[in-house]
Amino acid sequence: MKAVLTVIGKDKVGIIANVSNLLFEKDANILDISQTIMHEFFTMVMLVDLSHINISSKELTELLLEKGKELKVSIKMQHEDVFNSMHLV
Amino acid sequence: MNINQIMETVKMLDDEKLDIRTLTMGISLLDCCDSDGKRARARIYEKIMRLAGNLVKVGDDLALEYGVPIINKRISVTPISLIAGASKDENYVEYAIMLDKIANELGINFIGGFSALIHKGYTTGDHRLISSIPEAMRVTERVCSSVSVASSKVGINMDGVREMGKVIKEAARLTADRDGLGCAKIVVFANAVDDNPFMAGAFHGVGEPECTLNVGISGPGTVKVALEKVKGADFGVVAEVIKKTAFKITRMGQLVGMEAAKRLDVPFGIVDLSLAPTPAIGDSVARILEEMGLEVCGTHGTTCALAMLNDAVKKGGIMASGSVGGLSGAFIPVSEDEGMIEAVEKGALNIEKLEAMTCVCSVGLDMIAIPGDTSAETISAIIADECAIGMINNKTTATRLIPAPGKKVGDSVEFGGLLGRAPVMKVSEFSSNDFINRGGRIPAPIHSFKN
Repeated sequence: MKAVLTVIGKDKVGIIANVSNLLFEKDANILDISQTIMHEFFTMVMLVDLSHINISSKELTELLLEKGKELKVSIKMQHEDVFNSMHLV
Repeated sequence: MNINQIMETVKMLDDEKLDIRTLTMGISLLDCCDSDGKRARARIYEKIMRLAGNLVKVGDDLALEYGVPIINKRISVTPISLIAGASKDENYVEYAIMLDKIANELGINFIGGFSALIHKGYTTGDHRLISSIPEAMRVTERVCSSVSVASSKVGINMDGVREMGKVIKEAARLTADRDGLGCAKIVVFANAVDDNPFMAGAFHGVGEPECTLNVGISGPGTVKVALEKVKGADFGVVAEVIKKTAFKITRMGQLVGMEAAKRLDVPFGIVDLSLAPTPAIGDSVARILEEMGLEVCGTHGTTCALAMLNDAVKKGGIMASGSVGGLSGAFIPVSEDEGMIEAVEKGALNIEKLEAMTCVCSVGLDMIAIPGDTSAETISAIIADECAIGMINNKTTATRLIPAPGKKVGDSVEFGGLLGRAPVMKVSEFSSNDFINRGGRIPAPIHSFKN
């Protein structure tokens, strides 16, 4: 399964490093990454392949939520189908 | 897909209160009939627990995986009058108690189907069920009741309309300690639908399969925010924006619903693409109408705005899903919509305007508190008016009125949670008694003879 990971918050050093390190530890493969500043907020979107992760996707979602709290940003991971179904006809 | 589209979805979910309002499992109880009521109830318990045991867990898992809040998990069942009618029981309150116990054990918030279909006439079971409704509403917490009293095909059962006025009064009296909360769980229908996932009017129709999963989506906040971006544009643009937004919302509902059905191993039923408000700020249908340019919901132009909203929502939703059903449109429950409550309190919205709005919305006079001393006949007459609107316009109309005990115009009643807060609204002080006491059946309208 592929998931879309979104990170929104105030920019600071190490957001990408922290998030990608956590994904690396859990064997999640980053397929695509884009980053921008939207309305003064740091906004990052990653497409992640979860086929080979060494924990459940539920656990990974929870770890990412915790990481978000630690970094004081909002991190969400959602099944890519949510976006595909909404935006692709 | 670009980053803007992804962020649009994230924003809808995080800031605009987009959610799946309900996953509702419809379960047929037709095979639970038994001449012994106790045995019938044991079968009902066994069947629902078996089929819906995982409903809450699947809903919660999906919410986390998809990042989409799923607010309610619910069950609708075959109208109990049909099941209990096979038994020798003369009072059906025990069936409601059993349904309540099941709802509690499963952790679902409502179970619908303590219902009877009497649009053309009563069976013995229907009589017994309807006379059990007030007590059933008093002793249960999560059971919802509905009675179909009219349809475009057969006309209006005015005996049923008369009786429902009394039932509502009695339910209010029995739950007077909770401001008449019992009445918030009783819906009187014209043109009731078999696959509605929304409460309090959900039941599993007799033409439905053994078990099915229906999904009700929401998202008034999302539509309002989308309209904020086209301030001053003409109605062609407004309609287009609503359609596109409804499309996106519906696609998400369909995705989650189908996945839930797969995991529960039951066929997927329908998406009900309704705009269902909640009392939370930013989740109001009234505010959408105001965004279109009305100073307050209820002023002149409101009916037109609502008609256009309802139509555009349907068009966007129908394109998005292969299986649309239920009520599908915009709901206007007063107590459950922060904008409606404010409009009533400002004096901009009254029951007459709401009645006009029910000609073009997807349901009817919903969650409206009226003075506690309103007579049963007046309540019946309000129901009759709604039935007439439904019957002649080939649409579903529902009436959910709360004659709040001891309250008068200017007071308000607080139900809490999704049911919200209702300001008590004025009803006509003139009598409809002789009209209601005629009884009988209003014949089928001329346009029903299409065959």
